[in-house]
Amino acid sequence: MALLQISEPGGKPAKPAHRLAVGIDLGTTNSLVSASCGGKIEILPDDDGSYLLPSVVRYRADGEIIVGNEAKQSAAKDPGNTIASVKRWLGKSQTEIAASDHAARYQFDPDREQQAPALVTAAGSKDPVQVSADILRSLVERAEACLKGKLEGAVITVPAYFNDAQRQQTKDAAQLAGVKVLRLLNEPTAAAVAYGLDSKEQGTVVVFDLGGGTFDVSLLSLRQGVFEVLATGGDTALGGDDFDQALADYLRARIDKQASEEASELVVLHQYANQLKHDLGENDSVDIDFNGYRGSLSRAEFADICEPLVKRTINTCRRVLRDAGKTTEDIDNIVLVGGATRMPVIREAVADYFGKAPLTDIDPDKAVAVGAGIQADVLIGNKSSDDFLLLDVNPLSLGIETMGELVEKIIPRNTTIPVAKAQEFTTFKDGQTAMSLHVVQGERELVSDCRSLARFELRGIPPMVAGAAKIRVTFQVDADGLLSVIAEELSTGSKSEIQIKPSYGLDADTIEQMLQASHEHASEDRDIRALREAQIEAQQIIDAIYAAIDADGELLEESEKASIEAAIAELRGAMQESKPIRIQELSEELNRLSGDFAARRMDLHIRSLQGESIDSVEPIGK
Amino acid sequence: MAISITETAARHVAEQLANRGHGLGIRVGVKTTGCSGMAYVLEFVDKLDIGDKVFEEQGVKIIVDPKSLVYIDGTQMDFVKQGVNEGFEFTNPNAKGECGCGESFSV
Repeated sequence: MALLQISEPGGKPAKPAHRLAVGIDLGTTNSLVSASCGGKIEILPDDDGSYLLPSVVRYRADGEIIVGNEAKQSAAKDPGNTIASVKRWLGKSQTEIAASDHAARYQFDPDREQQAPALVTAAGSKDPVQVSADILRSLVERAEACLKGKLEGAVITVPAYFNDAQRQQTKDAAQLAGVKVLRLLNEPTAAAVAYGLDSKEQGTVVVFDLGGGTFDVSLLSLRQGVFEVLATGGDTALGGDDFDQALADYLRARIDKQASEEASELVVLHQYANQLKHDLGENDSVDIDFNGYRGSLSRAEFADICEPLVKRTINTCRRVLRDAGKTTEDIDNIVLVGGATRMPVIREAVADYFGKAPLTDIDPDKAVAVGAGIQADVLIGNKSSDDFLLLDVNPLSLGIETMGELVEKIIPRNTTIPVAKAQEFTTFKDGQTAMSLHVVQGERELVSDCRSLARFELRGIPPMVAGAAKIRVTFQVDADGLLSVIAEELSTGSKSEIQIKPSYGLDADTIEQMLQASHEHASEDRDIRALREAQIEAQQIIDAIYAAIDADGELLEESEKASIEAAIAELRGAMQESKPIRIQELSEELNRLSGDFAARRMDLHIRSLQGESIDSVEPIGK
Repeated sequence: MAISITETAARHVAEQLANRGHGLGIRVGVKTTGCSGMAYVLEFVDKLDIGDKVFEEQGVKIIVDPKSLVYIDGTQMDFVKQGVNEGFEFTNPNAKGECGCGESFSV
């Protein structure tokens, strides 16, 4: 027999070779890269197992470019050649960059124009595009090492508020790094995609992104699987660091003043505050033991300390909603992004303001990269966009009635829609010029046990012997679940069609009952199908024999004719008694008895054809 | 009622499932086809449907819907190489005839 391969569910052929594409979250502070590994999106780690790549680049005099943790750690000792937060400078003029608070330590290249500034480093002039390209290159190298192959493209995320110049420079950076940009994706959209919110028909989503040093709120509207950014707001100087600072200030007021004035001591205190903040994420209360000060801190106390900061984030949400003309009741989902949203105090405040719990299942540091990875996987062709936009299946099989009131299923249940499937049918009787099509829905074998959806007729079939006509029946279900059935006779092109909404009047309970019934009656249905098929086959044999006797009855001897007629009578009896195996046996017997007669007819026709040109021969039955 | 699988076939199923990265097992079923009756369906399974029967054999899960089971009860699934082709093959005690190419069968 033919050898089978395992297909994907729903009858889709197994995936072709996997193409490598990544999602890149090119962040102000940290960057991440993700890719689909065995159908799941994973964040790719570096050799040390760390996911976050600090978006910091150090240019050394020997030309070596260091990206990530090592560059971040050397920032203090080589500030002029170490560039951080370069994302803030994309698409900006020299004046704008010079005005930002951490620009003082850099020198601008005097040969560059105002609009295309570059910084002087030990390795020459570097503009924001080049620095971004170096970060991207590092991520690409990581991905290619992880995935063991050449990347074919990437989806790179950008803030929703990025203007054209900033987006163009992001693309330029990718090109410089040798990465094909499949698409620039808005960060809040990526986060919503990570949660699969794009698979819904429509909705309104708030993405609340509180990172280390920046805060963004975006309001997205989803229609037909496409996100539109309705409003954005934020604070470029508000992040998790500010919460650390607030806690550090609180601690400083309680411990020995003298000891805490020194700069190095302040750094340690800041780190200690950061640790306490993390511990409070898992515990209701933590013990404090710092420089001889002992005490404890509860979540409620911490909430009081950060209240002014939390209030600022909620005020921003309020402003964004107002800008978009929405109220909290219009919001279907809230997505939390950014490490600082792990703080329970933030989660509670957000849930409190919107009146519903935010989505938090995905690590908030990774959500944007995950969404970018999902989109990259679709765009490179590893998933069909149908899967992506609409994951809908038809709940019950759709088919047509065939001879013997049997159902021929054309689109099996659980097939992903939209879908189109065609099957060829033929005529049952000689000279049949019309065909009645009965469209049914359900899992049972008999038409009477299924839902009848519609009936229509195909006319204009040229008269031919039974089984010679070719009628293609196409079932097409569009994305809205609307079924079109088209019947076409292939030699003449005669066509007839109908449109039906199969879900009309169908609820979940009915579907459930119909499935249940098909399971309960499985053996019964098998038997009835076997019987009907045997009966139809027997009837066809009988009809063919009578047609042959009518045409060439003189070839038949009386005794032969008598035994054939006796066999037909016996077969008819068995057909009435509903015994499929007996019917099959008798059908074979009848075939055998009439075998000689058929052979003689064949000889006669061949003899009468001898000497004639092939062109003058009329096909039998025409 | 049961479906069985040879060690070779089980190994190939397990490998393909591992390559795919997810999935509970494989679905063996039948669908009715145009002229010659039934054809086998072989698919990965991501979620079980109501009424599905699960057979665990040689460490892999074979999932069959109750409607198909009546046609393929007792079937053995094997993995064979034929020349340059390789794939899964079914030995079905219920099948009374197979069509020329072997893609469909009747009961």
